[in-house]
Amino acid sequence: MAAVQETIDQVKSIDVTEYKYGFVTEIEMDKPAKGLTEDTVRYISARKNEPEWMLEWRLDAFRRWKTMTEPTWSRVNYPPINYQDIYYYAAPKSGASPQSLDEVDPAILETYKKLGIPLREQEILAGVAPENRVAVDAVFDSVSVVTTFKKELAQAGVIFCSISDAIQEHPELVRKYLATVVPVTDNYFATLNCAVFTDGSFVYIPKGVRCPMELSTYFRINEQNTGQFERTLIIADEGSYVSYLEGCTAPKRDENQLHAAVVELIALDDAEIKYSTVQNWYPGDAEGKGGIYNFVTKRGDCRGKNSKISWTQVETGSAITWKYPSCILRGDGSRGEFYSIAVSNGAQQVDSGTKMLHLGKNTTSKIIAKGIAAGKSDSTYRGMVSAHRKATNARNFTNCDSLLIGDQCGAHTIPYIEAKTATAVFEHEATTSKIGEDQMFYCQQRGLSEEEAVALIVNGFVKEVLQQLPMEFAVEAQKLITISLEGSVG
Amino acid sequence: MLEIRNLTVKIADEDKQILNGLNLTVNAGEVAAIMGPNGSGKSTLSYVIAGKEDYEVLDGEILLNGENLLEMEADARAAAGIFLAFQYPLEIPGVATMTFLKAAMNAQRKARGEAELLTPDFIKQVNAAADKLGINRDMLRRPLNVGFSGGEKKRMEILQMALLAPSMCILDETDSGLDIDALRIVADGVNALRAQNRGFLVITHYQRLLDHIVPDTVHVMSKGRIVRSGGKELALELEKNGYAAYSEAA
Repeated sequence: MAAVQETIDQVKSIDVTEYKYGFVTEIEMDKPAKGLTEDTVRYISARKNEPEWMLEWRLDAFRRWKTMTEPTWSRVNYPPINYQDIYYYAAPKSGASPQSLDEVDPAILETYKKLGIPLREQEILAGVAPENRVAVDAVFDSVSVVTTFKKELAQAGVIFCSISDAIQEHPELVRKYLATVVPVTDNYFATLNCAVFTDGSFVYIPKGVRCPMELSTYFRINEQNTGQFERTLIIADEGSYVSYLEGCTAPKRDENQLHAAVVELIALDDAEIKYSTVQNWYPGDAEGKGGIYNFVTKRGDCRGKNSKISWTQVETGSAITWKYPSCILRGDGSRGEFYSIAVSNGAQQVDSGTKMLHLGKNTTSKIIAKGIAAGKSDSTYRGMVSAHRKATNARNFTNCDSLLIGDQCGAHTIPYIEAKTATAVFEHEATTSKIGEDQMFYCQQRGLSEEEAVALIVNGFVKEVLQQLPMEFAVEAQKLITISLEGSVG
Repeated sequence: MLEIRNLTVKIADEDKQILNGLNLTVNAGEVAAIMGPNGSGKSTLSYVIAGKEDYEVLDGEILLNGENLLEMEADARAAAGIFLAFQYPLEIPGVATMTFLKAAMNAQRKARGEAELLTPDFIKQVNAAADKLGINRDMLRRPLNVGFSGGEKKRMEILQMALLAPSMCILDETDSGLDIDALRIVADGVNALRAQNRGFLVITHYQRLLDHIVPDTVHVMSKGRIVRSGGKELALELEKNGYAAYSEAA
């Protein structure tokens, strides 16, 4: 059983030894006592100097959350979460909203440097063509520490800042759009997020503007026993375009940590939002000890006619992933896309997929989901495609492929399809294939090393999705996948 | 060229011994056929030469041009010149045949310290070899062996053999599942590769393949050993009398 058993063993060990973002930053943090009460909500709101309406909104969400129960329908297993044993706010003591990089704690700057995320604009500018520039919002535990290129973006009329700043500086936009895509009581984790969200990014692209650079947010969980509740709101006004990318990492910890984010996208008439995620939260060790619980609600609303929202995600981290980036295709002629690569190994559990809700006429959607499971991991694709009775000529194409490495992992596909109009055309394709010992031997017999063989097969499997990522991130993502799997066979 | 001495092999996780002190020599330029009843260890022999890891070699050695193969991984053996045409070629999902061929050729070149192939040269080579075997361009773009018919898979094995230009070709039951036309195409492909510096080990259960790939020597295998060797006429004798005599002799 040697070849593949070796692969499995090494994939198992990779989590423990190879997660290169697992370091901890020693920094003095400001945080209230553990636990969640109305006072916690008030504390967070007060720390952020939020207006009264925001506090009331949070408290209302908190009261509703207390009446809700945690969902259990997903194919994941974890011990009950003690919500009173979590810190809900943790900010570096050196000041929550620095005005320039000089005010940011050097330890934090060092952290992002180690992670390969450039925060100094002059460093980014050196040797990078303007069209390849990326503006970054860096979120460290509960606060946004810096947002780059704000001035350049402002010249184009683009607002890119932390959600905390947006609440202060653009309350009219926040009040108009917040929770209009994911309602306050949408689900248990989304409601919790409404009560205690701490930071995240806010983007507004004005009418007719094509955002002059890629925008990105880099989320880092550093503190122990701390939940990260980020909130992102992106609005693309009529005829505008934006491409946005988020990246995530966390230190190695023995305890599980909760990450319950809400992301809302709104595309008005003829607008387009491209949202990409490279998620590499700490996955836990080989036995599933530690790692992030990634319970996230992401939804886009194609509110205007001919608008378009496209989700692309590469998921390699987290102990448990529970997320379904979805599109509400409200505007006539709107289009939703979902491209996903979910890589799981060790003891990771993934229950992920998408929903495409066709409400408008002539709406189209496309789903390409690729799951790669290795080790003892378990991966489920769960998707829903539905057409409202007024959604005449709704079209969907879905393709779900699973690749199994070794024989101790599992892959499942659970599609729900619902058409209330006879004019809807929905297509669904699904395949499951396996890299077994015999295939490895076959490739080796042709001269390929084990590593080369796995890389060849995995790259072939995911290339359709990788092509959707912005160029520089596609390279990163490919490396990440190769590290997670191919490096494991060396 | 290929020398096998006293090869004794068991299945790795079991006590079952499959090869019992097997001796065999295949010279450069020679086509040797191995015939024998089911369960005599023919396929095991081909796997052990190629380096499959499910077996444990208890005794003996396998030398290719004087090099000890048993000390090498399967990919190193391939680079050294061993090619195995599988009885059941495996499907490689998501990897276009062209991509696979290029990766394999370059991996072997790299292992031998040669430069990578230039793409135009590679395409020219593949197209020329594919045309000879009646493999169309569309097949080359599809994932390797995925959805291919039995005959297409076998032709693809011969295509790989032609492109990788090994010094020792092992064909494991290449005739199984082929109709007579496909058999002829495959046999023609093999015959075209016969050369002074290349040896063949053709494993088959039936004589009919040997009508098309005429061997220089025929070896009868039974219970993990070569029990009789002779010229091509030995195959005809076996066809007539069956393997019963050898089951007892061994």
